[in-house]
Parts: sequence; C-alpha cells; structure tokens
Amino acid sequence: MNHLDRLEAQSVYILREAYREFKSLCMLWSIGKDSTVLLWLARKAFFGHVPIPLVHIDTHYKIPEMIEYRDRIALEWNLNMIYGENKAALDDKQTFPDGNVDRIACCRHLKSEALKRTLSGEWPRYRMNHDLKRYVADDRKKEPYTGVIVGVRADEEGSRSKERYFSPRDSGNSWDVGDQPPEFWNQFKTDFAPGTHVRIHPLLDWTELNIWEYIERENIPIVPLYFNQGGGTRYRSLGCAPCTNPIESESRTIEEIIEELRNGSLSNVAERSGRAQDKEDGGGLETLRRDGYM
Amino acid sequence: MNIVIVGHVDHGKSTVIGRLLADTGSLPEGRLESVKESCRKNSKPFEYAFLLDALKDEQAQGITIDTARCFFKTDARDYIIIDAPGHIEFLKNMISGASRAEAALLVIDAQEGIRENSKRHGHMVSMLGVRQVTVLVNKMDLVGYREADFEALKAEYTEYLRQIDVEPVSFIPVSAREGDNIADASEHMPWYSGPTVLEQLDRFSSGGRLHEKPFRFPVQDIYKFTQSGDDRRIVAGTIAAGKVLIGEEVLFLPSGKRSVIESIESFNTLPKGSAVAGEATGFTLSTQIYIRPGEIMVRPSDPQPEVGTRFRANIFWVGRVPMSMEKEYKLKLGTARATVKLAEIVSTLDASDLRYSRTKRQLDNRDVGECIFETTRPIAFDLASESETTGRFVIVDNYEIAGGGIILENLSGGESILERHIRERESHWETGVVLTSDRERANRHRSKFIVITGRPGIGKRALARELESMLFRNRCSTYYLGMAAIEHGLDADLRLHEKNVEERLRRIGELARIMTDAGMIFITAVDDADDYDIEALKLLNAPNEILVVNVGQSDFYRTRPDLHLEALEDIAETIDIIADLLISREIIVDYQI
Ligand SMILES: Nc1nc2c(ncn2[C@@H]2O[C@H](COP(=O)(O)OP(=O)(O)O)[C@@H](O)[C@H]2O)c(=O)[nH]1
Repeated sequence: MNHLDRLEAQSVYILREAYREFKSLCMLWSIGKDSTVLLWLARKAFFGHVPIPLVHIDTHYKIPEMIEYRDRIALEWNLNMIYGENKAALDDKQTFPDGNVDRIACCRHLKSEALKRTLSGEWPRYRMNHDLKRYVADDRKKEPYTGVIVGVRADEEGSRSKERYFSPRDSGNSWDVGDQPPEFWNQFKTDFAPGTHVRIHPLLDWTELNIWEYIERENIPIVPLYFNQGGGTRYRSLGCAPCTNPIESESRTIEEIIEELRNGSLSNVAERSGRAQDKEDGGGLETLRRDGYM
Repeated sequence: MNIVIVGHVDHGKSTVIGRLLADTGSLPEGRLESVKESCRKNSKPFEYAFLLDALKDEQAQGITIDTARCFFKTDARDYIIIDAPGHIEFLKNMISGASRAEAALLVIDAQEGIRENSKRHGHMVSMLGVRQVTVLVNKMDLVGYREADFEALKAEYTEYLRQIDVEPVSFIPVSAREGDNIADASEHMPWYSGPTVLEQLDRFSSGGRLHEKPFRFPVQDIYKFTQSGDDRRIVAGTIAAGKVLIGEEVLFLPSGKRSVIESIESFNTLPKGSAVAGEATGFTLSTQIYIRPGEIMVRPSDPQPEVGTRFRANIFWVGRVPMSMEKEYKLKLGTARATVKLAEIVSTLDASDLRYSRTKRQLDNRDVGECIFETTRPIAFDLASESETTGRFVIVDNYEIAGGGIILENLSGGESILERHIRERESHWETGVVLTSDRERANRHRSKFIVITGRPGIGKRALARELESMLFRNRCSTYYLGMAAIEHGLDADLRLHEKNVEERLRRIGELARIMTDAGMIFITAVDDADDYDIEALKLLNAPNEILVVNVGQSDFYRTRPDLHLEALEDIAETIDIIADLLISREIIVDYQI
C-alpha cells in the first residue's frame, strides 16, 4: 500500500466507525475539494452508497457554479442532501455585502449561526426531493445531529494541527483544545454525555497535495472554479463570492495543479489567502472556530 | 510515515521539529524570516520552536499542550511528525500522538540527562507498541560536543530502556539549535559517523510484515443497503493482519460460525481476488449466517485467537477518576465492545522511578498496572505479542477513554463472574417454610421459565400472551412479563444507557429465578438472543429450569432450542404444539383449549 492507500483506508475506517456509533450523524459538504473528497471516501466506505445526510450551509452568496454543481451531484449520486441558512440575517440584511456588518460578523451570522441552528434542528432544514428535483422544507421531526463529520485537514492552518479524529464539543459548540480525550491506537471517542456532540475529522492526516493526488487517481468530479479557465487565475479555496478571490495561476488541469504544488511555486501563498475574512484579525479563524465555524 | 517525537519538557523537541522543517525547506516561504523579524521587534531571542506555535493560548503557556502534526517530505517519502507534549499534565495527548506512530524520536538533553519524562515516555512508547526508537542526545553544544558525555548518557539510558524492553535503533548526538546532525552531518562531532536525523528517518521501515501474519479481520459492521436497491450483504472492516482470498473458508469468533468468502467488495477499483493487511474492505459470504459487529473473522487453518472472559494485561490509566474494582467499565478491543471489571491488581509501576507496588487497590491517574480483567461475556482476542491490533484494548469510563492496555495472557477457564455471582447468591438464598416443591404439588404443575426468542416483530409477544392465557384457563399459576412493563419500571434507571443490554438481561434472569421459585410458569420474549444470552439466562434462573422456544431466524450456534418454529402462521396451532411439549416434559399434566 502506498501513502494514498493508507490515508484512504484510515479515513474509511473512521467513517465506518462514525456510522456505526452515532445514531444521529451528518456530514458537512462545503462543495470544496476537501469535503468532496470526503464525500467520495464515504462512497468508498459504504460501497457506492452515502447513507449519511449531507448538510450544506447556504449563505446565498456562494459562487453560483458551486450551487449548480452541488445539486447536480446530489441528484446523480442519490444523496440525502440538506441545506440550512440564516434567514433572519439575510432578511434584515445583517451581512457584509449589504454593508451593515464587517466580514467576521457576516461569517458569524451566515455560517456559524446558521450551522449551529441547522445542526441543532432549531431552524428549518431543506431537503432535496429526488422526485421533484428541488428542495423541500423538511417536516420530519428534527433531531439534533450528535455526530458531525467535517473535512478539515491538519495542514490547513496552525490550530487544526491539534485536532483529534473524534473531537468532542460541548453543548455551546466550543472546543477545549487543552483538555482533549486521548485516542489510543484506532480507538476513538464514540461515547458522549447527553447534550454534547462530536466532530469527526477523517481527513486530518491529508495534505492539500494528497487531496489533489487522490482527486486525480480516483477521477473525482470537482467544481471547475479550481481551474484556470483562461483568465490566468483560479480559486484555491472556495467560499462566498464577495470574500473569495482567485489566485494567479495558469493551472488548467489537475495534473498542472499537482505540479504547481509540488514545485513549490505556491509555498509562499497560504492556502486560504484568497479568503478575505481570515485577515480581519490576528487569529481570525481561531475566533470563529471556537464559535463552531468550519 | 508517522513519527512521534517525545521527551522531557524543554529538552528541545520543538526545536528539533522547527529545524527539520526549516532545513528541508518545508516551511512556507518567508515564515522563517517573519518569525525572526517578530522576535527582533519584541526583542526576544529567536527560537526554532516559535515556528510551530500556532495557537494563541499555547504561546501564552509556553509549552506544547497538545499533539500537533507537522508535514514534510524527503526524497524517500511523506512524513507526519507528531509533536507530543513533554509536560506531565498532558500525558493523554502524548499517548494520542505516540499511538499512531510507526517510529519514535526520544529527545534527551545532554546536559540535564535523564529526567522523569525521559523514562515515562520511553515506557509509554514501548507499551503503545512503537518498535522503532531513536534517541536524540540534544544540546551537544552545551557539553562542548564531547564524545565522552554522549557515550556516558547513551550507556545510562540504554540500561534503563533495556529494563522496559526497548532497544533503540540508534543514538544520535545533535544540537537542534545549531543544526548539528539534523539535516547535515556536524562539523563539531567528527567522532560520530552514524546517520543524521533525516537519514535515520528514511531508514525506519514502514508497514512491517503484517501481511505475513495469521489473518485477522475484526468485523466493523454489516451493511445491506436494500433501500438503494442493493442486495449485497457486506461484512465490512479493516484487515488487521494477514491475507485472504476469494473461496477461502473463514471462521468467526467468538460465535464459532463458519462460511466461505464469496466476493471482495470495493467501490471504484478493479475487481479483487485477495485482500491484505491494512485494507479497509468488505466481503460477501457464500452462506447466510448471522454475525455481529465485533467478531473477529479468521482462517480456520491459521493459529487461532484466544476466546475467553478473563485475561491478564498491562494497562495505563489516564482517567480523572481512579480505576476501581467495584465498577463496571466498557471495553473496546478491535471492533468488539464488552462490559469489563477489574478483577485483580497484580502490581503497579511508577513509570518514572520504575518502582513496583503490590499493595494498591486501585489505579490512579498515570499508573501503569499489571491487572486481571473479566468480561461478562466471552470475547475473541490475541496476545499483544502475537497480533497488535487484536491484542490491545481501551477502557471507557464515564464516556471517556480512560485507559489503554495490552493483553499478556488468557486466563479463561476458571469460574466466570456470572458463575461466581450465582454461587454466592444461591449460598445466601433465603426461602420461607413453603418450598417450591410444595407449591408445585398444590398447583398441579411444575414451575418453568419459558423464553420465546426470534427477530423483533415476528410475533413473539402475541404468542407469549396467548400461551399465558391458555395456561391460565387451565388453572396454571402463570405470568407473562412484557418488556414495556420493566422498561419504565425496574429498568427505568437504565433508560439513558440504551446499550446496557447485559444488565437488562441480568434483571430478567433474576426475576425469573424468583418467579419460578414461586412455582410459576414464567413467560417472556427476548429479541435477537444469542448463545451467550441464553446461557446467561439459564445460569441466572438456576437451579430452576428454562425452556426455549425460537421463532424464525436465530443467532444460535450452540443452543438447541427446546422448540424451533420456522414461522408463526397459526397461533392456535402453535399453542397446541407448545402444550404437547409441556406435557411430554411433565410440566403440565393435561390441557384444554
Ligand atoms: N544550547 C541549546 N539549546 C537548545 C537546543 N535545542 C533546544 N534548545 C533550547 O532549549 C529550550 C527548550 O526547547 P524546546 O524546543 O522549546 O523544548 P521542548 O519543550 O522539548 O519542545 C529552548 O530555549 C531552546 O532554544 C540545542 O541544541 N542547544
């Protein structure tokens, strides 16, 4: 087995462990390359099926290609697709593009808050109806999700290098970095007290390069925004249109992206450098993370 | 390859990592300069360790509080360096780091020498099963790069490690701060001709020879995605050791069931004819046997795992609350889960001074103990020396993993926890003046515990109620116990712990013991009972007797039900059959519909 085989096997093991142990489980799908690889790994783990609902937080400012892609894949792969949103903030225009709050506050409203309330079941969940081919407000009884699978990678950014595969959050969604449970071998935290939940991170040991190598090997369909489509720029990390900028790059194909990462021409550019909200305060992401933002 | 780096606090782990990243060009461009610049601005000396400090609160505390992963590549392969904290408070974190590593770097300060955590960590690394260890004797600059100092420390530490069964692959004299022998051979130590740290990393071997060992496949789950139009029944899991081919016979333990590998399942790959250690895979079997997650699938031709309820193990405890002999814990071994009790503490070891104690009655935080454990029902396992994944376990206390252990010996065969319980219970059992035999004579029937088993929803309840009604009409002293009746009553305290099936079963068995003692024909229905459930109920009801009626598919392998019914078509007819059986067993004399 090579390095990618080992990463794949470990992620599959973690996904199966999560599926076995958590009654109310979901997987976050941001449409980006990492969570799309995660979705692919779920198909690996469950032999072509995805028996776990996928949750996407729609800020309604996403780049339109992302949403088209999400719905196409959801139908093609027969996904149990759900989205949630912060309707109140959008209606009241409490957003950065509306000019009423700064970027960080906007993220907090449209992502953190929407995520928290969608997971808890307090706010509506919209589910893809495969017969109607559109989303319908979910009228099933909304259980809070107690296991949430997330595609974070340890190499993304400093604080993520300290994550566990199974990371408990208290009822307020917060993360106590200093006091995390031990993970012995392949035994993870799969028991939890009422009122708490667990974030599950099957991609922790993958690097950005591993992700692209795997996308190439498996031929995983990916949003075209990651490629230079002629203008000499491409997205390296995807987010909301007003706060995400492409990087300068000629890479038009997966092979070219892999080459670009290998030869180090991006090594002086942080992966999320195109994400404007990260620059707003010193520990940008860290502040939001504690709030439950992905 | 995952490498863990451990050592006493301040002996230089972070500096070694910072150096490795900087000297292999694995840092983002400009990071080195910007950290140097910020040190200059704050007029504090530059440290390679700062390259790693990512979290605000970590910088505030000035110590590595958690395992952090750092990624880098050499020409040979990809590395993940796991930085495990040296501070004693963070032992849990060190364990998490070390337990996923294939090799360890143990950093030790040339000037300070062996300290508490140099010992403790050496011990942990050994117990966690990391077989490749290299010792970095750091800060050689502080001892004038002298060979004599290096050799003295090497001799002393080798002796210590020998006592805990660790034989280092190598000792390397380094100065992390100055960069000696990290990526480049040192000019200051011409007397040293061994590898640099980087060279040593590339020499560690990866993967081991797991595929040559006896086949072990802990069953993680059974999938059938019928709703998505898929009829495959797939036994899923990760192969812990060995190799298996399509067409080979397999054996499941502890149930003892057998089948044959029909296919190897995967998604988006070429068809496979064999599967080997490390693969997360799935199989279909050529016969429809009922197995549960947690069993180990093996080849009958290989050396077999142990099956038992009692074993001796080394464990270290990192729980907030001490491990006690009074309490029941959850054990996780491979994919199996079981209820376990600490039966005996043979000895405890203070890992920092290697002193044994034979008097402790509990395991305190950070104790290493040699102990005897007992599970309430049999599990399959290996000795850790034979097969690692299936030879080690964790203990869960109050939702947290609180200890980890490796199995040294199978001690099964003696009296089980349940047997001992029954023996003690019976020796204290208090009867009135009226004996069971008196009641049976007055009732004109014998007492009996009738258990109806089968899958949920097959109609067991209807049958049980009808049976009670028939017996009652025939003037028998009988009682049907509905599960709902105890769920909200006797078992109300168990409701939060939905997985506590063993305790529920124990209570039914104890109730049966009382009701049959009262001369009754006591009837209940149990979902999905297996051999161990029936054996437990039999024991609990002893000395009185049990009668098992099974409907439809069952999980029985050894148990021969007193009556087996394929399906429940006609209840009246079924009642007739049961009544005839009761007559032939001389439980009742006669009956009328
Ligand atoms: N003189 C000298 N000091 C060192 C060397 N390596 C590390 N140090 C210093 O030892 C202190 C602790 O190092 P650090 O890497 O933070 O230790 P950790 O706690 O093991 O991660 C720092 O002040 C380092 O500058 C070395 O090779 N020589």
